[in-house]
Amino acid sequence: MSILTERVSGAWRLLRQATGEAKWDEYVARCEREGVEPMTRRAFERHRADEKEHNQQARCC
Amino acid sequence: MSTSTANPTGSGPRSGPNMKSVAIWSAVAVVGAVCWAMLALSRGEEVSALWILFAALSSYAIAYRYYSKFIADKVLKVDDTRATPAERLENGQDFDVTDRRVLFGHHFAAIAGAGPLVGPVLAAQMGYLPGTIWIIVGVILAGAVQDMVVMFFSMRRDGKSLGQMVREEIGTVAGVAALIAVFAIMIIILAVLALVVVNALAESPWGVFSIGLTIPIALFMGFYLRYLRPGRVSEVTAIGVALLLLAIIGGGYVEEMGLADSLTLSHETLVICLVVYGFVASILPVWMLLTPRDYLSTFMKVGVIVLLAVGLVIAAPALQNEAVTDFATNGEGPVFAGKLFPFVFITIACGALSGFHALISSGTTPKMVAKESHVRMIGYGGMLMESFVAISALIAASVIDQGIYFSMNAAAGATGGTPETAAAFVNGLGFTITPAELEAAAASVEETIISRTGGAPTLAFGMSLIFTEAFGGGLAAFWYHFAIMFEALFILTAVDAGTRVGRFMLQDTIGNVWKRYADTSWRPAAWSASALVVLAWGYMLWIGVGDPLGGINQLFPLFGIANQLLAAIALTLATVLMFKHGLAKFAWVPGIPLAWDLIVTMTASWQKVFSDNPAIGYFAQASAAREARDAGELYGVAKTPEDVDQIIYNSTQSGILQAAFALLVIVIVAGAAVTVVKAIRAGGLPTTEVPKVESKIVAPSDFFATKEEKESVREWEASQKTPVS
Repeated sequence: MSILTERVSGAWRLLRQATGEAKWDEYVARCEREGVEPMTRRAFERHRADEKEHNQQARCC
Repeated sequence: MSTSTANPTGSGPRSGPNMKSVAIWSAVAVVGAVCWAMLALSRGEEVSALWILFAALSSYAIAYRYYSKFIADKVLKVDDTRATPAERLENGQDFDVTDRRVLFGHHFAAIAGAGPLVGPVLAAQMGYLPGTIWIIVGVILAGAVQDMVVMFFSMRRDGKSLGQMVREEIGTVAGVAALIAVFAIMIIILAVLALVVVNALAESPWGVFSIGLTIPIALFMGFYLRYLRPGRVSEVTAIGVALLLLAIIGGGYVEEMGLADSLTLSHETLVICLVVYGFVASILPVWMLLTPRDYLSTFMKVGVIVLLAVGLVIAAPALQNEAVTDFATNGEGPVFAGKLFPFVFITIACGALSGFHALISSGTTPKMVAKESHVRMIGYGGMLMESFVAISALIAASVIDQGIYFSMNAAAGATGGTPETAAAFVNGLGFTITPAELEAAAASVEETIISRTGGAPTLAFGMSLIFTEAFGGGLAAFWYHFAIMFEALFILTAVDAGTRVGRFMLQDTIGNVWKRYADTSWRPAAWSASALVVLAWGYMLWIGVGDPLGGINQLFPLFGIANQLLAAIALTLATVLMFKHGLAKFAWVPGIPLAWDLIVTMTASWQKVFSDNPAIGYFAQASAAREARDAGELYGVAKTPEDVDQIIYNSTQSGILQAAFALLVIVIVAGAAVTVVKAIRAGGLPTTEVPKVESKIVAPSDFFATKEEKESVREWEASQKTPVS
């Protein structure tokens, strides 16, 4: 049973990494470690969107 | 600090567990051998598509297990104690240590699109065997090798792009040639991809309705992520996919909604729509349209591929075409002209060997690799996966009745556009089909099916057959439009992203002489560069759509050759680097695919430029048409004197482009040859490889972690958590 839940939570974690949602989790965890007040999720995601603006990856055929 | 994968003695104890491995790999080898034997020996009876599927899967498994491991360990000598750029330069943005499985997904989503779905469908006119052999052998020895080796060399250079590496490692002239070639080839690729979409959506209100709706759906997702619930990507993707399915179902009711007439668009109207759309999409902020559509496209990509694999296994359809058709030897096929050699190897680029991948394997992906050994699963493994997509597409095209296949894929000039004339044309080719059968097939998917060239409609038709057989329910029309939808979605994503990448390249290049132009946030530069890129591919698209001989027939060879000339550039770079690194004895690893690719592309280029057969040589075609015009006659399928002028103009232009691409590649190869001679004399030359820095992170090296790897990752994670006192 514990193996199953471990697998499922592992897969969920991978999915969140794939969609980029894990970035937020990591950021919050880091702020907590360093004792800093994190910015709002809205501001954080906006910052990430601005990065993407100038970092376009090609999509192949 | 010991990483589990840096164990030079390899696979542990000599006896015991290896027996199991030997048994498994022997079984895989036997399955593969049986499948290949069935494909090679079956003649005249019904051949199941599953033989192709399992021949491919077992060949991939063996190649991955042995050849890619040989390249990683012996040739490239990947070193997991060496920190990757992601580790050394981590900034959370482009340099970012990424889980190998996640990066595999990202890389696959970036390399695979409509290309591997279209080429094999067209190549099926020569039978199923030539395509199958080239896709499988090509990927193992060429395509996957290129992707992996380029990724490795770029990773060792902090993720430099292909163009940069050519300039720094071969020379300035070769670098400039590479830059021009990459840009021009990208424009051709975008134009041909867009042509596939236009051909699939023209005169198809259902398709236009569903694809049109993807724009508001993506905009909705973009605003949702920006304002409603920032960052909730999985959630909004689930909503988006549900809306997408509704859009496909809704398309079936365009007639009832009274939209059928206003959504029945001609080819020309669609070109204008696409160009305007492409320009707007490339200047809008990416969060609005591009990013959310990319989420949808990626989800659909993975979903559809899984669905197709499952559908194939359940339906187990029989192949309808011959192993090798007469068109392979007489070169008179109506889908594209030319004999098996070299044109099968040109028509199937993506899925076997695709130069465009070198642009993704250098640059973005290598900046995210966690461990050097991961280039094997991401570079080699990712390309094997794309090859599997190509094999599925080949199967889907081969299970269609051949009369229908040729009615769909011959140019309108040949089929005449009606069931009666198309049936007469196809019967003339030696296949039996009646007008009534064509009408019934069209009715089953609620579309016209005569001369729907470009590959996408044929694939959609084949998939609707497979899915209807596998899952039942008489949903052929739904599945057809489902397939059209996802192909168009991939292509539009590729066109948007490509336009943007092209814009950055253009701004960067012009920025060398006019500094301010390189500023990507400066509107006048951004807008004018975007407009130039869109107009470039829009122009080629317009030419293709108006071509009396069929745009796909004329432009697809140009696309295939361009893509593989790009592969020649990438493989040339890889071969040069083998010599410069003093690894001459392994130069054959990229060298053999390079030699093959050069033989194929140069033969094809030569024939396309110098052949005196008007069906193949562009200039021969132009002069034959000119002679006809001067004699006051029409030429070939041309219906008016204007058509004849168009043929002369298009063929001359294609011929010039073809010759220019080949010349650029020759310049690069010549520059490379000089460098290789120098390197051999000196026994190696200094390169721009970044010196080794010891790696501190621990990660497993392959898809599945071994017990020892899991253990060392656990130990390492625990050591990270203890506070540094």
